[in-house]
Amino acid sequence: MAVHVDGLRKVFEVPEREPGLWASVKSLVRRKMREVRAVDGITFDIDRGEIVGFLGPNGAGKTTTLKMLSGLLHSSGGEARVLGFVPSKREKEFLRQITLVMGNRNQLQWDLPALDSFGLNRAIYRLRREDFVPFRDELIELLDIGDLVRKPVRNLSLGERMKVEIVGALLHRPQVLFLDEPTIGLDVTMQKRIRSFVAEYNRRHGATVLLTSHYMADVQALCRRVIVIHHGQILYDGPLTGLADQFAAHKTIGVALEDGTVDLTRYGEVIHRDGDWITLRVPKTETSEIASRLLAEQSVLDLTIEEPPIEDVIELVFAQERREPEVEVVA
Amino acid sequence: MSVVADFVPLRRVGGTRSMLAFYWSVMRMAIQEQLQYRTANYFYMFGMVAEPVIYLVVWTTIADESGGTVQGLTPGYLAAYYIVWTLVRNMNIVFGAPFWEHRIREGELTKDLLRPILPLHYDIAYFAGWKFVVIVLWIPLAVGLSLVFHPALHPSPVQVVAFFLAIWGAYLLRTMFQESLGMLCFWTTRGAAIFDLWMTTELLLSGRLVPLPLMPGWVQEISRFLPFQWAFYFPIQTLVGDYSNEELLRGLGAQVLWILIGLGIFRFAWKHAVKRYSAVGG
Repeated sequence: MAVHVDGLRKVFEVPEREPGLWASVKSLVRRKMREVRAVDGITFDIDRGEIVGFLGPNGAGKTTTLKMLSGLLHSSGGEARVLGFVPSKREKEFLRQITLVMGNRNQLQWDLPALDSFGLNRAIYRLRREDFVPFRDELIELLDIGDLVRKPVRNLSLGERMKVEIVGALLHRPQVLFLDEPTIGLDVTMQKRIRSFVAEYNRRHGATVLLTSHYMADVQALCRRVIVIHHGQILYDGPLTGLADQFAAHKTIGVALEDGTVDLTRYGEVIHRDGDWITLRVPKTETSEIASRLLAEQSVLDLTIEEPPIEDVIELVFAQERREPEVEVVA
Repeated sequence: MSVVADFVPLRRVGGTRSMLAFYWSVMRMAIQEQLQYRTANYFYMFGMVAEPVIYLVVWTTIADESGGTVQGLTPGYLAAYYIVWTLVRNMNIVFGAPFWEHRIREGELTKDLLRPILPLHYDIAYFAGWKFVVIVLWIPLAVGLSLVFHPALHPSPVQVVAFFLAIWGAYLLRTMFQESLGMLCFWTTRGAAIFDLWMTTELLLSGRLVPLPLMPGWVQEISRFLPFQWAFYFPIQTLVGDYSNEELLRGLGAQVLWILIGLGIFRFAWKHAVKRYSAVGG
């Protein structure tokens, strides 16, 4: 087991105050605090070598979870183990075996070429030259950044910087990768490059990957399994393909008719019409019955039944309400 | 379905060797970076020279008006004191407590906490590298000041060696206390008032404002039991004063003691502080 999480919680206490002078004076004697349950008792396990998508809307608790798993934050309760280590203890051996890549953070030396920062990482992670140099060159080649690593980091574009950041984060050959929005702000080509790189790293080195991303293309390309978190609680943990089964109330039926002008609104909601090809949204429980009726009542040339696009399903999941309200305390 | 390879653990370099490599890498990076900003560094040093020159002019004038000395200190001694002061002051520039506030607020500590090495090592190594640039830039300034103020400076070889050790001792000592003070930022976002109080106390009791013999006796007595003078007055005196070999050794010993006390305070504070890190801003 690479990652074991059991009932993990993180509660932040944040001060809260009304605007204005009177509220400022009142807060001197009576400070109002609010407990925000960023992560609220989540449980999951991840096997070695697995790539898992960690999905949720902004503020769902994804990054807080990753920060707890990488030892940056101490939890408020529950248990977390990564490679058998308790992350909050931040043992050196643990830190040598993980990495956390945050799409919006710069971990390299700003004014110097990335090669200098890579050299520093060699010393930090106690890497032997004979391991470090070939592996560094392999990563540079995989991401095709040979001409970038000699430029000062400040002169690189966002996408170029992200690529060198990722190489810097993997030089110590971590077993567990926590990737927080690694493709944020990148163009489609660059996103694809990073995706295939992560897949290749996982394949070559047997690494475990926990990935958050708002780009469903990242998740679809890399993850068979997804964990959906919302309001700090896990809503779903299973195959990506099973998400629609659990959350989508509809399916789509695509149908090609001999006469494309026929009105099909009595079968379901017509969401798209392209020549003779019509796409209908139908209640999931009635899909079989509606398909049978269509076949029986219309001159059907072709018919397909599909789950709704993953983006639509995720949108439905993110629209879920929180199960319990936040707690307010006065200190 | 792709086949995932088994993970192969890496053999690691020994701890001491890798630590030395780390210090060397960071120091080299600091030198590279600071050489890129050499003009800014020079202007910064020029600005810094204004402070001791003012002190020097004031005390030399007082000495001239008091029959040539102030409490036994000649203008030549004062010139030597404040010229050496400029180097010691530069050596005393460390990762200051207020920077911790920035490091925490901007989430920069996140990067440091992910590494299997205490951020303190990075700070010591980076500023130590910077010192090499500072020393090179300081030499022409010292020559210029000497031509103008004629310092009385005739150190023995032992004093030169002691001075070399003492300025690095001063650097480490001040680093430990500033880093320890910086830990307050984990508890409060209003640490500035405490930092200012510390700096003012340091200004008065370290020998930065005036050589300690010019301070009242009770101030000199208090300063003996505090770390400040060992980071300022003592290193200057190793070169400018007339310490015996025994006094030099005792002074260096006092520096080591205060460094260890500072390190102890830092480690204790760090252990508790890091649990409070909320990793905001990244």
